[in-house]
Amino acid sequence: MVSTAKDPVLAVLSLSGGNDGLNTVIPRNNSYYRDFRPTIGVPEDQILPINDELGFHPTMAPLMKYWEAGQLAVFVGIGYPTPSYSHFRSMDIWHTCEPEIIGTEGWLGRAAKLMDPNSENVLTSVNFGRGLPRALVMEGVPVASVGNLETYGLLTGIDGENQRNEALDVFGRMYAPAIGSGPVLDYIHSTGTDALKGADILATAPDMYTSDVEYSNTVVGQYMKNIAQTHLANFGTRVLYTTSPYNGFDSHANQAQANAALWTDVSNTVDTFFTDLRNHDASDNVTLFLFTEFGRRVADNGSGTDHGAAGVAFAVGEHVKGGVYGVYPSLAPADQEEGGNLAFNLDFRSVYSTILEDWFGLEANPIVNGNFERVPFFNK
Amino acid sequence: MADQDIALVAHLMRRAGFGASRDEIEAKAAQGYDNVVQELLNPKGGVDDDILMRYNPAYYEPGAIEVNTQLWVYKMINNPNQLQEKVALFWHMIFCAGHSKIDSGQEMGIMVNMFREHGMGRFDDLLLRLSENPGMMYYLDNTESHKANLNENYGRELLELFSLGVGHDGAFNYSEDDVKVCARAFTGWNVAPAYPPFPHGRSPWQFRFDPADHDDSEKTFLGETGNWNGDDIIRIICEQPGTARFLARHMYNFFVADEPQVPAWRLTPPRDIEAIKILEQAYFDSGHSIKAMLEALFTSDFFKDESVRYQKVKNPAEMVVSLLRMVGEHKEIKPGLFELSQEPKYMGQDLMNPPTVEGWHTGREWIDSGTLVERINFAAEMLGNTELEGVRGLVNRLMARGDTLTPEQFVEGCLDMTGPVQVTDDTHAQLVAHAAREGDLSHGTDEERATFTRRTGEMFQMIASTAEFQFE
Repeated sequence: MVSTAKDPVLAVLSLSGGNDGLNTVIPRNNSYYRDFRPTIGVPEDQILPINDELGFHPTMAPLMKYWEAGQLAVFVGIGYPTPSYSHFRSMDIWHTCEPEIIGTEGWLGRAAKLMDPNSENVLTSVNFGRGLPRALVMEGVPVASVGNLETYGLLTGIDGENQRNEALDVFGRMYAPAIGSGPVLDYIHSTGTDALKGADILATAPDMYTSDVEYSNTVVGQYMKNIAQTHLANFGTRVLYTTSPYNGFDSHANQAQANAALWTDVSNTVDTFFTDLRNHDASDNVTLFLFTEFGRRVADNGSGTDHGAAGVAFAVGEHVKGGVYGVYPSLAPADQEEGGNLAFNLDFRSVYSTILEDWFGLEANPIVNGNFERVPFFNK
Repeated sequence: MADQDIALVAHLMRRAGFGASRDEIEAKAAQGYDNVVQELLNPKGGVDDDILMRYNPAYYEPGAIEVNTQLWVYKMINNPNQLQEKVALFWHMIFCAGHSKIDSGQEMGIMVNMFREHGMGRFDDLLLRLSENPGMMYYLDNTESHKANLNENYGRELLELFSLGVGHDGAFNYSEDDVKVCARAFTGWNVAPAYPPFPHGRSPWQFRFDPADHDDSEKTFLGETGNWNGDDIIRIICEQPGTARFLARHMYNFFVADEPQVPAWRLTPPRDIEAIKILEQAYFDSGHSIKAMLEALFTSDFFKDESVRYQKVKNPAEMVVSLLRMVGEHKEIKPGLFELSQEPKYMGQDLMNPPTVEGWHTGREWIDSGTLVERINFAAEMLGNTELEGVRGLVNRLMARGDTLTPEQFVEGCLDMTGPVQVTDDTHAQLVAHAAREGDLSHGTDEERATFTRRTGEMFQMIASTAEFQFE
């Protein structure tokens, strides 16, 4: 397990919609790439080479310094057997590690349960966005799900600070343990008390935060800023999660323009995030993981790409051992699977197992539902 | 009109529908309880789809899942035949199939329409329609079940989750052999065109029976031997006491009071066995009519009893829609419907996309620290907004109660207007203490009216945030 001064923290940025791996980490001198991507292929002279074979999309320039510093792990050919081409289902599989049956517990929910078995910290996991991604779901594990950190809390609709404080005061007393109110009411009281506690603590994060960097004014930028604010507030949060706008990476049409904008934002935001943490001397114990539910079809459709199978994912951090992990799948027509998809060779559960064991020091098998070979992408 | 009549009709409308505005509750109480029950059981008119589609063509056979959920939420708010929408939700929460796999909003819309139109008919007929529903056939892999290569998924879930249940009164209702036979009887029940939709995209599915792929050998199912096809299996299922018990418990759990989760039913006796027996009797006496069971339920003493009020945790759809109906919002299609239709998802109920074939875990399991914040904030935002027509109406009614209201009278009035909500003595005392800080309320001058309105909005928000408001 990696040794960090403070407890290790995982931040996750989920790229919703199925990011096109082939145009993100590009097999730059592969002739099949030119054949299959006549419309949206990136010209070779614009690609940012990372080794003899591969290069980043030009909008990923802000990530090059992490690559050069050996702090960026690039996972290629990542996926799972018998891929689902449904956004929901495939995302569920990544969330629950259950490709065969339908799972209801999330891998990070299980991890949080092991890190804080008695739920002593109501903020062990925090999600930014509305509604809880299934990755964080686990019975008995409180998770704050924050739509907007600046205004997060209970009874946010009450105008006037005094009125709201009075109302929250009444709320606290109404939700205090009552004798003989019945098990369900008792349960709701204790849940409400947890929620109020979590909200009270989280509400202090923006005020404690000062920074000389500026995040982009996008959903991804603002939620990554919220992740930094929460991390810097030292609430003991171990899992910080957010998702890019729903299905934003679903590039069936106009992919060249749309994905350039998306990756400009993601790349700049990742750089801003780590710069921010470094400036606060708080980057040592944070790993950021970026993933998407599937890659896209090898051949473009004239303006975009349709749902595919194997894709790419990334891990960034000071303890990450930079490099390319997995084998870049063959683009040769004979090697393509099921109507023109890249075949996976790196199971995402291998990457999860590595995060769980080497970063969090947890036993991975019961969390990811099996033994998967670890990918040694942390410096120990 | 007696307060208890209003409270009873309000209870009926919360359970047989998605609540109602105060005006509507009072009008229905004046009609008489039994007449309202008959009106609910015998839908007339309803949302005029022709007009709706003419002005909102995007709602015509929509493909996107988001548009289908919007349309359903709109109908939950506006269908005057509230029980139709409630019954559609009832079946959607039992006959679970989800967009995550089906990947077609249109098929989900078709399935929910079927529940709305046929959900109160004969159970035999409903199971047949379900078994011919292309979305369901695909969701539970009957499309992958062949004479030569059996897939048992639909056969099993039909018995375990859709009709008999694993068992009751401690005994088992069927064997593993029955599961296999059931699956064999449904071979050949398939859809056209076949999945997947690539590379040409999707076209709507139709049910298609393929005799060549049907296993027509002799089968023994639940002790009866014959050359059974799927419809024979449904006939045999519907004659079983286990099916009557299963439906009765589901109805009690959905319309009366929270029961334990379904997997516990074989061993855990019902909360009120007498009530269950009344519903079972109605099932058999009526030749398997869902409507007859509902009639028995809504006219029964166990349903009307005060002890079952506020004993059910509202599901997210109920929470969202009942608030919209109470405050009179979205009576017409207007911007904001998309965001509202997402609210149940934020509270843990992604409509048309249940997490598994077992559906959502209900009762207290709707509540966790994340969903509770969403529930409270949404309710407080709606009820606290004194600009909304429905909320203004409630403020005016409160003012009409007297020139001056004491804090006690004010709290009583606010609880009455928002339900009537039943709260514990402790909660009541906290609310009164809060109201007492600013003393009595009057509304003689403009300034007093403004203060009265503000304080009412705040009190409504406090009520919306109580643990008791999580129930219905």
